Amino acid sequence: MSHSADRRDAAWWVDRAVQSLVFVGGISGILFIIGIFIFISKEGYGFIVSTLDFGEFFASPRWRPTSSHNPTYGALALIAGTASVTGLAMIVAVPFSLGAAIYIGEFATGKTREYLKVLVEMLAAIPSVVWGFIGLSIMNPLIIELFNVPVGLNVLNSGIILGLMAAPIMTTLAEDALKAVPDTYREAAEALGATRWQVIFRVVLPAAKNGLVAAILLGVGRGFGETMAVLMASGHSINLPTSPFDSVRALTATIAAELGETAAGSEHYQALFTLGIFLFIVTFVINLTADLVVRGVRKQRP
Amino acid sequence: MSETAETRAEDPAGTGAGKISVRDLTIRYGDKVALSGASFDVYENEIFGIIGPAGSGKTSFLRALNRMSDMTPNMVIEGDIAIDGRPVRSWRNVYALRRRIGVVFPLPVGLPMTIYDNVALSPRLRGIKSKAKLDEIVERCLSRAALWDEVKDRLGSLGSLLSGGQQQRLTIARALSQDPEILLLDEFSIAVDPVTTMRIEDVLKELRSEMTIVLVTNLVQQARRLADRTAFFLTGELVEVADTEDLFTGNSKDPRTRDYVEGRFG
Repeated sequence: MSHSADRRDAAWWVDRAVQSLVFVGGISGILFIIGIFIFISKEGYGFIVSTLDFGEFFASPRWRPTSSHNPTYGALALIAGTASVTGLAMIVAVPFSLGAAIYIGEFATGKTREYLKVLVEMLAAIPSVVWGFIGLSIMNPLIIELFNVPVGLNVLNSGIILGLMAAPIMTTLAEDALKAVPDTYREAAEALGATRWQVIFRVVLPAAKNGLVAAILLGVGRGFGETMAVLMASGHSINLPTSPFDSVRALTATIAAELGETAAGSEHYQALFTLGIFLFIVTFVINLTADLVVRGVRKQRP
Repeated sequence: MSETAETRAEDPAGTGAGKISVRDLTIRYGDKVALSGASFDVYENEIFGIIGPAGSGKTSFLRALNRMSDMTPNMVIEGDIAIDGRPVRSWRNVYALRRRIGVVFPLPVGLPMTIYDNVALSPRLRGIKSKAKLDEIVERCLSRAALWDEVKDRLGSLGSLLSGGQQQRLTIARALSQDPEILLLDEFSIAVDPVTTMRIEDVLKELRSEMTIVLVTNLVQQARRLADRTAFFLTGELVEVADTEDLFTGNSKDPRTRDYVEGRFG
């Protein structure tokens, strides 16, 4: 006891404890992901190895899991449904979100900017069922009237709804990407006599390119995974869409609508989990790509 | 180098017309005064040094000169800065004003594009599309900035990957690419090694014959090496403007200037 008690001795233990706690928090993300993957793989595994015909799954539009004599599991129409809705959603969301991000990040100042950021984040928090409700009760009659079509629940409807849903989060991410561009770049370009638009198009957007691509990819991932709004606004009928006015059915909506009616462990049940595995892989790849793209930008700036 | 000496002899400080004239210039950020009531002239084809400790208003003056101040909402400018007799505030198209002025910032700013594109940016914005013409400008500007030999074989690599000293010369090449009448340098040697600093100083001596150079520096000896005349700013006040030689040989009018250049404070 040559030295009196030092609070830092106790603090050292606290430090260790907090470190372990934070480690558990960090590692749990990975554990959950692996756990979920194992769970859905286990549920779908029997079907994939015994019954599933990959050619049929990816090439046939016939999804008839409930047929009593000859059930077929062609997911092409569902994939096409999800892809068409997501594609249209991106056509809607990309210009909106990039435009909003450029305005908020480069033009708006002071209060306007703060209010807009809060509003955009509030938009992102609107529950998807509310968007689905808008699609069902507002967009549906609007589309029927405007385009003189019999049904307003279709690719157009759900694409627009999904686009509006994805736009806020894409705006926030894109704005973050623009904000990560150092102001010195803007000043350097302005000092060369570049106008505001020239600064944005020639310097800021190229510098933020990777972050912007990542924002769009995460929007695509969101579109792929969205369920309720698409279920409500797409018409939910199995179709290979040839026009925006065709009703379609999405992968996610199929799982949501059918899983509750199947017996656990049945072939249909397992087939739905196979769709889940497919969705999981697609969104995983999209998110991974987005992440790699963002990493790419970090490497370029030492 | 001999050419530089000749230029100096032929154009002794103060014989040119007032390229930049500053009258009663006061710059404030909200309530904080950055520069108060400064009046002086910068003559054509001289290197005009501005020295002074941090926070003395040097950079604020540069920002007011090319109207970068427009981007700072609470920056208030009173009095007049005129280039060739025309007040800078009278330019409605501020971009046309900025095109006449090249700026080199304290920290090198290699834009995240290739070396070639960095230098070709301003000509392209101007509307030059011809590859041959752009090639010519890029080579000329990089050569004048003493960078060409080091980068001529890798013009396609990223400008932001160059070393600090190279990036600073790239910035100078970029500033030269718009054939500026006035070149502003704001403490350009902060992030540059001494050897590169000397090379850039040689470049500046050669450029003097073609343009007016305003050199803000907190290296007193750099002002002595380069500037024809030097202004001493201290906490927002223009203490004095004089021939550089006079300032450094004890002939300054204000004792504070002598104390500063002799290193007693600052």
